[in-house]
Amino acid sequence: MSATDDGTRGPPTDAAVSDEAVTDSDGAEELTLVEAVCDGLHTEMARDDSVMVLGEDVGKNGGVFRATEALYEEYGADRVVDTPLAESGIVGASIGLSLAGMRPVAEMQFMGFSYPAFDQLVSHAARLRARSRGQYSVPMVVRMPYGGGIKAPEHHSESKEAFFAHEPGLKVVTPSTPRDAKGLIAASVRDPDPVVVLEPKLIYRAFREPVPEESYEIPLGTAAVRREGEDVSVFTWGAMTQPSLIAAEELAAEGIDVEVVDLRSLSPLDTETIADSFKKTGRAAVVHEAPRTAGLGAEIAATIQEEALVYQEAPVKRITGYDAPMPLHAVENYYLPQAVRIRDGIRETVEF
Amino acid sequence: MNTQYGPGPHEGSNDESETEYVQILDADGNVRPGAEVPELDDEELLAMYEAIVLARRFDQRAISLQRQGRIATYAPMTGQEGAQVATSFALSGEDWLFPTYREHAAKYVHGVSLSSLLQPLYGHRDGYAIPDGVNVMPEYIPIATQVPQAMGKAWGDLLTGRTDRAVLCHLGDGATSEGDFHEGLNFAGVFDVPAVFVCNNNQYAISTPSDRQTASETIAVKATAYGVEGVRVDGLDPLAVYEVTRRALTRAKNPIDDERRPTLIEAVQYRYGAHTTSDDPSVYRDEEEAELWRERDPVDRMATFLESRGILTEERAAAIEDRVEAQIQEAIDSAEADETEPDAIFEHVYEEPSERLDQQRAELDRLREKYGDDPFSEVLQ
Repeated sequence: MSATDDGTRGPPTDAAVSDEAVTDSDGAEELTLVEAVCDGLHTEMARDDSVMVLGEDVGKNGGVFRATEALYEEYGADRVVDTPLAESGIVGASIGLSLAGMRPVAEMQFMGFSYPAFDQLVSHAARLRARSRGQYSVPMVVRMPYGGGIKAPEHHSESKEAFFAHEPGLKVVTPSTPRDAKGLIAASVRDPDPVVVLEPKLIYRAFREPVPEESYEIPLGTAAVRREGEDVSVFTWGAMTQPSLIAAEELAAEGIDVEVVDLRSLSPLDTETIADSFKKTGRAAVVHEAPRTAGLGAEIAATIQEEALVYQEAPVKRITGYDAPMPLHAVENYYLPQAVRIRDGIRETVEF
Repeated sequence: MNTQYGPGPHEGSNDESETEYVQILDADGNVRPGAEVPELDDEELLAMYEAIVLARRFDQRAISLQRQGRIATYAPMTGQEGAQVATSFALSGEDWLFPTYREHAAKYVHGVSLSSLLQPLYGHRDGYAIPDGVNVMPEYIPIATQVPQAMGKAWGDLLTGRTDRAVLCHLGDGATSEGDFHEGLNFAGVFDVPAVFVCNNNQYAISTPSDRQTASETIAVKATAYGVEGVRVDGLDPLAVYEVTRRALTRAKNPIDDERRPTLIEAVQYRYGAHTTSDDPSVYRDEEEAELWRERDPVDRMATFLESRGILTEERAAAIEDRVEAQIQEAIDSAEADETEPDAIFEHVYEEPSERLDQQRAELDRLREKYGDDPFSEVLQ
């Protein structure tokens, strides 16, 4: 069996953007989140020859979500590599590539398939700097789509960010907007330490927004206040940002003024923004898709206890997935926090 | 083996990767000179044919249901039904099957109902609940994870004296790159367990061709490194697959002299269609390539073989079509009528639910009572 390189696929007419993309007067294109991830990778590969992309189906196929579209045509098979199907191999090899001076961006096809690479990530990528007393570092990026709500088969919908955020030495970020996606990709690629980029696939193509053509960074460790409010703070990230904002608008009609903070960076946490928001409102809800127990909601609640206890007016409410395996799609919308649950949880906090 | 070695799919193409494999039917469905047809009576041969026809029709209906938005992502098996049906035909009821997400027909032949196959596609996990007495595991989705588990099941059966049974474990060509493949095969060799590993080499792991998956000349050759039997078979020849699997299972249960129990079978085949309904193969491969394989189609070859023996008549073929159509429709109707209660989320997490899980169940009940079910069916985003 041999695959031919001829004739199966011509180069795309316009790198990284779909036909619907338009350019506004400032040169910013309207991109979806997944297009912005791709644009971020293009920009970084153009900027730095040592940046390479590797993973399953990332080359010719352009990624199963098209997050690496046209990279193969533009940068060739040495820098955009279709690997054998082996996640531990991909991450382990990326550690080695880092040691040789490359800047690998590894793709795990779905978070649910990243676990064979867990040993390489937590035993080595996360701690080589510490083990070698600063002699070696692993400036690699591991991208993985995560989260539910897309009627995917079993093992394709989980949110296990806490696994990675729990590991000292790893950084963990997740964008909720196209603009942030590009900026977080850039910052992650340039960071001297390993960064896990969790991409909320539910909103990969949910909406477009102008994304600057030039290169820019969203600094790791910085949260974004998406909606300012006085009565209660909602801390969330990724695909849960949108239903939180919807719930906030609905509650505004009832006279409840909700502040929505998109954490963006799950490790390190922007504790300053969390504490500042809470000091203003005195009440908080955390919204995440992951199971409740030992989820990041617990870390945020503890941070509030440590940083702003005297401001607290009510228990921190956790509006989350349940402590059960992610169900198949017939009932996944009962498992994931919907606007109705978010609204109800916020009301409970306000009425405490 | 009395079967014959035939050329690979690129007959006459000077392809260097061309490697011989076991074949009983030639590309046109004629018995190869000197090849011995498996000892199956007419009814068994017809039943095998009917299952292959059913598998192909099931595939067409499932793809169509997905296109209509009635089911979620589906992994097609057209081109691979012959190998799936034939391997399961070689099993006895006591044998265990470890399938992946593509082995719909293998599961069906070993006792899983068609509606059970459809249920997870409609979003209901009840389809993974295998009835007592049907020795099939819920399908494996994370690649190669089934390999060490199948080994362990075979090992446990050996340790508990259940020497009447073996384990048959399916995997794909991509799976051979995973660590679990190595670990499972290595254990199988070391502990000499009654397991048969069937690698359905359909030439692609999504977009990655098998020659970019491994630098080994074949997958079967990897068996040598683990000290287990390795055999390469034409996966589009149901009779050859049946015979190779039957022999491997016999050896697994009753090794003679210094025979090793485990076997790695490489069934050389082709995924005619997409990896799943989310995939577009035109991005990474040439349609002409598929044509080479379609010329060796398992349905056509079995039909030609059975017709030449007078076993398959026009009348019987028509009856098969009708039965298959009715059976599939009945399964679809049944699966479409199924519902999953939201409460099912909290079931079977542990034998005894934790207090916290019970609280969470009550929390969802309260929310549904207060707001009804409509707000939960809002599309997220």
